[in-house]
Amino acid sequence: MKSYTLSVLVENKPGVLARIAGLIARRGYNIESLAVGPTESEETSRITLTVVVEDDLVLEQITKQLNKLLEVLKIVELEENAVKRELMLIKLRADPATRSQIIEVVQLFRGKTVDVHNDSLTVEATGSPEKLAALMQMLQPYGVREVVQSGLVALARGSKSLTDRARLDKARPRTNS
Amino acid sequence: MADAEATPVLTGAQALIESLERVGVEVIFGIPGGAILPAYDPLYDSSIRHILVRHEQGAGHAAEGYAMVTGKVGVCIATSGPGATNLVTPIADAYMDSVPIVAITGQVSSAAIGTDAFQEADIRGITIPITKHSFLVTKPEDIPAAIAAAFEVAITGRPGPVLVDITKDALATSAPFVWPPEVSLPGYRPTTTPHVKQLREAAKLIEKAHRPVLYIGGGVVKAKAFEELAELVRITNIPVVTTLMARGALPDSHELNLGMPGMHGTVAAVGALQKSDLLIALGTRFDDRVTGKLSSFAPDALVIHADIDPAEISKNRVADVPIVGDVREVIAGLITELRGVDLPSYQQWRTLMIGLKKKYPVEVEQTSEGQLTPQYVIQRLGQVAGPDAIYVTGVGQHQMWSAHLLPHERPGAWLNSGGAGTMGYCVPAAMGAKTGRPNDVVWGIDGDGCFQMTNQELVTCALNDIPIKIAVINNQSLGMVRQWQTLFYDKRYSSTNLDTHRIPDFPALAEAMGALGLRAETPEEVEEVLALAMATNDRPVVVEFVVHKDAMVWPMVAAGTSNDDIKIARDLAPVWEEEVL
Repeated sequence: MKSYTLSVLVENKPGVLARIAGLIARRGYNIESLAVGPTESEETSRITLTVVVEDDLVLEQITKQLNKLLEVLKIVELEENAVKRELMLIKLRADPATRSQIIEVVQLFRGKTVDVHNDSLTVEATGSPEKLAALMQMLQPYGVREVVQSGLVALARGSKSLTDRARLDKARPRTNS
Repeated sequence: MADAEATPVLTGAQALIESLERVGVEVIFGIPGGAILPAYDPLYDSSIRHILVRHEQGAGHAAEGYAMVTGKVGVCIATSGPGATNLVTPIADAYMDSVPIVAITGQVSSAAIGTDAFQEADIRGITIPITKHSFLVTKPEDIPAAIAAAFEVAITGRPGPVLVDITKDALATSAPFVWPPEVSLPGYRPTTTPHVKQLREAAKLIEKAHRPVLYIGGGVVKAKAFEELAELVRITNIPVVTTLMARGALPDSHELNLGMPGMHGTVAAVGALQKSDLLIALGTRFDDRVTGKLSSFAPDALVIHADIDPAEISKNRVADVPIVGDVREVIAGLITELRGVDLPSYQQWRTLMIGLKKKYPVEVEQTSEGQLTPQYVIQRLGQVAGPDAIYVTGVGQHQMWSAHLLPHERPGAWLNSGGAGTMGYCVPAAMGAKTGRPNDVVWGIDGDGCFQMTNQELVTCALNDIPIKIAVINNQSLGMVRQWQTLFYDKRYSSTNLDTHRIPDFPALAEAMGALGLRAETPEEVEEVLALAMATNDRPVVVEFVVHKDAMVWPMVAAGTSNDDIKIARDLAPVWEEEVL
């Protein structure tokens, strides 16, 4: 099994997410992570989704099926070296004895303390999934009370944007490559 | 601006009917109800013919039948809630068989959506997995663009069903009517022109092949690529198999047409695929009913796969040469690449396949234990009605026999429910076909099980001057399921006995619905009723043929097994030629 991250540029219309999520589910695949948000254009939204599938052929089938949805404008499979980020909020048990130790760990990961109480501490961290996993491992001994994590968002490296690529596609005549 | 002043203000309902007229709709099958009611008022004055069906499922299949014989978009219309959900089966059917239909449904008022209002159903959500696209329209000004887009999407690229769900307030309120100058769908760009490089690669494989087969699917029918196919066969002399959806794409009388492949395919067609070294798959999708156990399907073959839907290519079987494009353009392109090329003669291979075809024809006996056989009835019907009739079937044994035994000599005259396998398709689809081609003889061949699901549309036919002819092949059981019970469930006939011997009394039922009702139980009666049925054109005809219930469809590849294990009768396998090419 292999993990793939897809960037999907879609028309900003109601029901698009339901179509995409439903399609992946009914074709028998599992979404590992999903993030949806606005883009630089009001007319489009961008979905970043991570799927874990057997091989490239299965991914190709998912991509082709997604491309059949009319609201899907462009799909790009992100390469390994793409910039990938998740946001994580962690609520920890923290008394005066452990508080400063926790803050020190969080700072090592360039995280921030966002809320403090007598017996608890909430921290915020962003980074690649690997970095956040490492942070979690470090914080586990202090007593994690609650964790919430965003889906993965990612951008390909280099100057080209996904919207550029979609525009290029639109200009292309109706032949296959 | 003068144009702006001239823009008429229409209710959403008027805009809907105006839009349907503009896209060239001639006939709509439907039933009114609360939410769609505003649309029926302007429809009353429209040039569009509305056929009031007796069940929305009938409207949907009729739209399919109409689309299949005319090549145009079929249209059905229903109200919200149960009206809309009754369309789900035909929509699913059209999706599986790539039939261009537009289903228009009323929806509760936009303010009531999501409140579990009376007759509310999220039909758009329900049909997302079974439509090519769908629209929920909540404003009158959005109706023209939605209708224009729906018709464009339904018929272009890989055809399919499109749903337009319109809220009652969108139909009842008014807005300026603006017809879109062009359909704007930035995310929809079907690829129709195949890539020359791929065509060349395909031609190279064909030049090198020893045992090639043209594996022809329903896409060839949808793309109307018959002349191109005939020409490709003429210049290459490559044997052809035509799937259930492609019967008639090349005449069955053509020496190189080996018939239908698949679970109930001919020995020659199944054998050709299994022993081939090159499948030239055109407008087909390697359905499990064709491939059998996928891992042992055509084990020695390279695959050229051309389809307009890129997602079909390499979905089930990895293609060595994928070609995305309209299959008509693909075949034309292949002809260009192959014309004048010194191709192998494939002589030995062709002789072997034609030999198999002669050695293992689909056998037909007139009677069995004193009763008519269904095969004989269907074959005889085809002989009497001839190749010019349009044939429509239900789903099951009678469908398979019809696929083999009717005169499939011309394209676009064979309608059945292939992918979805929808029992009940026959009568309403025949109604739609006859509506689209009123001057053609339309014969429905149905089973007694199927017929009891949707026969109410005979009332619609009788009242609307749609004189279809339906043969009910009555074996008093759900024959195909019974066959499986015979073969795989130790003859334990659990709930497959319909007891349809005189209950219902099919001729009397037909008469009650305004049709001519006939019955035949002997070969002599078969001739009489067929002659009478052919001569009757002032009303629908239903002929019950009482047949032997233990007839089985052969050949057969049992589900989940390899095509190599095809049986020509119970426990009887064909003898493959020893010579290896």
